[in-house]
Amino acid sequence: MSVAVACQGIGKSYASRSGIVEALAPVDLTIGAGEFIVLIGPSGCGKTTLLRILGGLLAPSAGTLGLKPGADGRQNIGFVFQAANLLPWLSVEENVALPLKLKHEGRAKRLTRARELCAQVGLAGFERSWPRELSGGMQQRGAIARALADDPALLLMDEPFGALDALTRTRLNQELERLWLARGATVVLVTHSISEAVMLADRIVLMSPRPGRIQAVVKVPFPRPRDPALEGTVEFQAIASELRARLGETS
Amino acid sequence: MSGAARLLPGPIGVVLFLALWQIYCATSGISPLLLPTPLQVLRAFVEVMGEAPTWNHLSYTLGETLAGFGIALVVGVVLGWLIASSLLLERAVHPFVVASQIVPKVALVPLFVLWFGFGPTSKVVVSAVIAFFPIMTNTLLGLRSVDPGHDDVFQALRATRWQRFWQLQLPSAMPAILAGMEMAVVLATIGAVVGEYLGGSDGLGYFAVATMNAFQTDRLFAIIMLLTLMGFILYLAIAALRRVILPWQRKAVGE
Ligand SMILES: Nc1ncnc2c1ncn2[C@@H]1O[C@H](COP(=O)(O)OP(=O)(O)OP(=O)(O)O)[C@@H](O)[C@H]1O
Ligand SMILES: [Mg+2]
Repeated sequence: MSVAVACQGIGKSYASRSGIVEALAPVDLTIGAGEFIVLIGPSGCGKTTLLRILGGLLAPSAGTLGLKPGADGRQNIGFVFQAANLLPWLSVEENVALPLKLKHEGRAKRLTRARELCAQVGLAGFERSWPRELSGGMQQRGAIARALADDPALLLMDEPFGALDALTRTRLNQELERLWLARGATVVLVTHSISEAVMLADRIVLMSPRPGRIQAVVKVPFPRPRDPALEGTVEFQAIASELRARLGETS
Repeated sequence: MSGAARLLPGPIGVVLFLALWQIYCATSGISPLLLPTPLQVLRAFVEVMGEAPTWNHLSYTLGETLAGFGIALVVGVVLGWLIASSLLLERAVHPFVVASQIVPKVALVPLFVLWFGFGPTSKVVVSAVIAFFPIMTNTLLGLRSVDPGHDDVFQALRATRWQRFWQLQLPSAMPAILAGMEMAVVLATIGAVVGEYLGGSDGLGYFAVATMNAFQTDRLFAIIMLLTLMGFILYLAIAALRRVILPWQRKAVGE
C-alpha cells in the first residue's frame, strides 16, 4: 500500500550566479511505510528541495535515496506543489483526473473519481470551471484533489493548506487524516503552522536554517482520528511550545 | 463605454474616408484611369462579381492559398517541434533560419517559377515558403514556453515523453501556434497572388495584372477589394478556430 523511504547523507548544492549555494546539508532520514511525517523549518531551509528529491524531480548532489514499494508493488507519487500548477486548458475535473488519464483509465471512471474528490475538497459545483475562474485557495484544493486521484503510495505535500482560511484548513486537515487512515499512504507534508504539524504528524522533523539539516525529530503520540478539540489540551500545547522553543533557538 | 459608443467609431471612420475620397475625385479632376471614385469602384465590383471568370480566378487563388497554408502548417509545426526538442539541431539550422528570415522571399519568386513552372505548383510553393516562417518560430517559442510548474506535475506523475508532448507541450504551445497561423494565412494569400503576378494565366493576381494592362482601373480596384475580402475571411476563420480550440482563453463573462 505504501512506500518506505530511506535517505542516506542526502545533500544538495545549487550552482547560482553568486556561487555555489548549499541548500541541504547531508540529511539522514528513515520514514516507515504508512508513516505521516511533517517537515517544519524556517523559510529557505531546504524543505522544498528535500521534497523534490524525494519525489524524483531533483537529483541530490550527494547521498542515496531508497524507496521501497509496499507489498502490492505500488510506488506512485502524489505531489502537491507550493503553487497549484493546474493546467489552464483543462477544466477542474479534468485536472483532478489527470493522473488517471496518464494511466489510461477510462474517461467515465476517471471523471467519476474526480467528481468524488472535488466534493471532498469542497469544490462541488466547480467541476466544469476553468482553473482561472477559481480563487487561489480553491485552485490549491484542486491540486490536492489531483494529488490524491491515483491513490498515491507516497504523498508529498508542500504547504498544501498555506493559502486557506483557518476553518477550511481545519476541515481539510481532518479530511486528509481520514483519507490517510483509509488508504494508508506514506505522507511527507511541509508546513509553517506548528499546530497543523502537531495535529497531523506521527513524527515532526525540524530543520535548521540554511544549509538545512535535521535539528530534531519530535514524536506525536496522540491516538487517531484526532479531534480538532485536541488543540486545546495541555499535552498538545506542551508539544507545540517545545517546537516553538526549538524553532526560536535557530532562527 | 456603452455598446454603441464602442462600435460606432469604426463604421464612421470608413464612411468619412469614402466621402473624402469621393469629394477629392470630384474636385481635383483626377483622371478615373488613375483614381476612380468609390462609386465607380462599387459599380465595377458588382460587374466583376457577375462574371464567371472571376469566380474561376478566385477559386484558383483560394486553392493555392489553402494548399500553401496547409503545407506551411504541417512543415512549420513539425520543424518547430524538431528544433525545440534538440539543441544540436537548433544550432545546426539556426543560420538557415536567420537567413530565411532576412532574404526578401518575394525576390525568390522568379526562381520558383523557373523551377516549378507557370502552373499552380510554383504559386503553392511561394505561398508555403512565405507562410511557413511565423508558424515555425511560433511553434518553437510556444513549445519552449512550457510552465516549469506544469512540467513538475508531469514529471511527478512519471508521464512518458509522448504524453508530455501531446498533453503538455502542445496545449502550452497552442496559443502561440494559432497566433502564428493568423499571420501565416495572410502571408499565404500574399504569396499566392505575388506568384500569379509573375507567371501563368490564372488566379486573381494574374487577373489584376491583365486588368491593369487594359487600363481598367476601376475593375483593378474591385479585384483588390475581392482579394482583401478573401484574406479577411480566411483570417476570421482562423480567429473562429482559435475560439473553438482555446475555449479556456475566452474572456470571462462581463469582461
Ligand atoms: N534552483 C535554485 N537555484 C539556486 N538556489 C536555489 C534553487 N532552489 C532553491 N535554492 C536555494 O536553496 C535554498 C532552499 O530552498 P527551498 O526552496 O528548498 O526552501 P524552503 O525551505 O522550501 O523555503 P520556503 O519555506 O520559503 O518555501 C534557498 O536558500 C534557495 O535560495
Ligand atoms: Mg518551499
